[in-house]
Amino acid sequence: MPVVEANDLRRVYKTHTGTIRRRVKEIEAVRGVSFAIEKGELFGLLGPNGAGKTTTIKMLITLLIPTAGSANVLGYDVVKDPREVRKRIGYVFGGERGVYERLSGYDNLRYFAELYGVPPKTQKQRIDELLDLVGLKGREHERTEGYSRGMKQRLHVARGLLHDPEVVFLDEPTIGLDPVGARELRATIGTLTQAGKTILLTTHYMFEADALCDRIAVISQGQIVAEGTPEQLKSRVASGAVTEVEVYGIPDETVERLRTLEGVMSVWVEEREQAQVLSVQTRADVQLTAAILGHLNGSNVGRVSHREPTLEDAYVALVKDE
Amino acid sequence: MRVLRLLAIGWKFHFKMIMRSAFDGVGQVIYPLFFATVAFFVFRAGDSPRTLLYASLGAAVMGMWSATSTTAGSAMQRERWQGTLEALVATPANFALILLPVTIAMATIGIYSLVATLLWGRLLFGIQLTVVHPVMFVLSIPATVLTFGALGFLFAVCFVRFRAAWALGNMFEYPVWLICGFLVPLTFFPGWVRPISWILAPTWGMNAIRESSLGGSPLPDLLMCFALGTAYIALGFLVMDRLLRAARERAALSLT
Repeated sequence: MPVVEANDLRRVYKTHTGTIRRRVKEIEAVRGVSFAIEKGELFGLLGPNGAGKTTTIKMLITLLIPTAGSANVLGYDVVKDPREVRKRIGYVFGGERGVYERLSGYDNLRYFAELYGVPPKTQKQRIDELLDLVGLKGREHERTEGYSRGMKQRLHVARGLLHDPEVVFLDEPTIGLDPVGARELRATIGTLTQAGKTILLTTHYMFEADALCDRIAVISQGQIVAEGTPEQLKSRVASGAVTEVEVYGIPDETVERLRTLEGVMSVWVEEREQAQVLSVQTRADVQLTAAILGHLNGSNVGRVSHREPTLEDAYVALVKDE
Repeated sequence: MRVLRLLAIGWKFHFKMIMRSAFDGVGQVIYPLFFATVAFFVFRAGDSPRTLLYASLGAAVMGMWSATSTTAGSAMQRERWQGTLEALVATPANFALILLPVTIAMATIGIYSLVATLLWGRLLFGIQLTVVHPVMFVLSIPATVLTFGALGFLFAVCFVRFRAAWALGNMFEYPVWLICGFLVPLTFFPGWVRPISWILAPTWGMNAIRESSLGGSPLPDLLMCFALGTAYIALGFLVMDRLLRAARERAALSLT
């Protein structure tokens, strides 16, 4: 039986517009997400900002009630048995928020140890072990307001593990960290999988998902657009070539026309400072540079380059094609 | 045992946090003295030591109430701003048991208000505190603190679901001074005000403190104060799950 199971999860947010004539606007953040995570697996939910990753994770950890669909963790329904689910899971936030800044890291951990029902006799030992694990030993009695972003993130990890949960949900744990801090945190996540934890990790870094996850689901605009092992996802871009063109003000119709060219696998546009970068992934046996430039008549064109496709391309193509 | 421990550790944690805020601290130091000074000047015209002590005790409880009413709402708001509200809800502990010590910790700060006001009155206006029933007086103070905390808890339960409701905490601050008889006796008010006063525990807490100090029978007031405090807590526990579920349905937990 899967440890975490999501079946056609949906979540609609309602917002209001207007002051006197208020109108309700509905935003469908998650549109039928289904997946299953087996025991001991590290499953990645990969997607850009606003794709529905955090909403999905919040439904699984019982902070949000799904609008439709169902989910269970270790056999407990996230809507009907939230307390049973909470006892067995750990949740690690991304970012700096979520700690009591006026108090020390130790105070924070001690308080949450109590809330998670860690037996009083073992609390001190457990906190010491976790401080060692996340590398905060020696700094635990300082107020957290003086902690760096990375230290706060590691404190989140320690808090999520206080009650030694079977399942750990990590919501963009490396967001905003410097490369060294992110690498250290990824190493910590690695040790959790070795300890047999089942982990759901959300991230928007393809390389992070690739380095850590056993399986990845790519989510875009509230739907899962691809799922498989990192190798399976990589194989989607193992062939072909990518032509990159710097453009200034490319119309949407041009992008659509490029997609219809024979030999084109995917097209996406990224904003980079003042310019845009048009990326066209093509089959290896076709040479389409002239045709692409021909379609860009009327737009200001800058540097043109060719390169081998990368993992990042697979991800970008998946989320941009949606 | 586990519940008591959870309450005690929660209280200690939040009390420690409040004590570390310099800005909150300044307000807590100055406000009671301000209330006391105003009350003393107003009631000095009566030129009766008993009236002045009456006002002094009223001003003291005003400070206690202000420390609780305005901070219960802002406490929830602070949990939202710092992103800890979701972290608390995500734990398996009963959320009402998490919330209750937060407001009781705030009400505890009110004890300072009481002491500071009485000292201020003694030093500046020469008002001597006479206590007719010392045991009842000593019991009345923690009972009032706890029931203030319980009422703050009931407010805070609503603030979890209705995030803008924290403004209500501020709105309740001044009317309670009047309708609970902190400054003037309830007999001065129209009859329709009294039922409102009776369902508010501060009325009974105030009476218990005054009657134990000035003479009278504080026990019924103390029991009523305790009963209402218990009722607030019971009501809070009763509606907590429903409001929390509504907050999860409406995604209100992460909103600031």
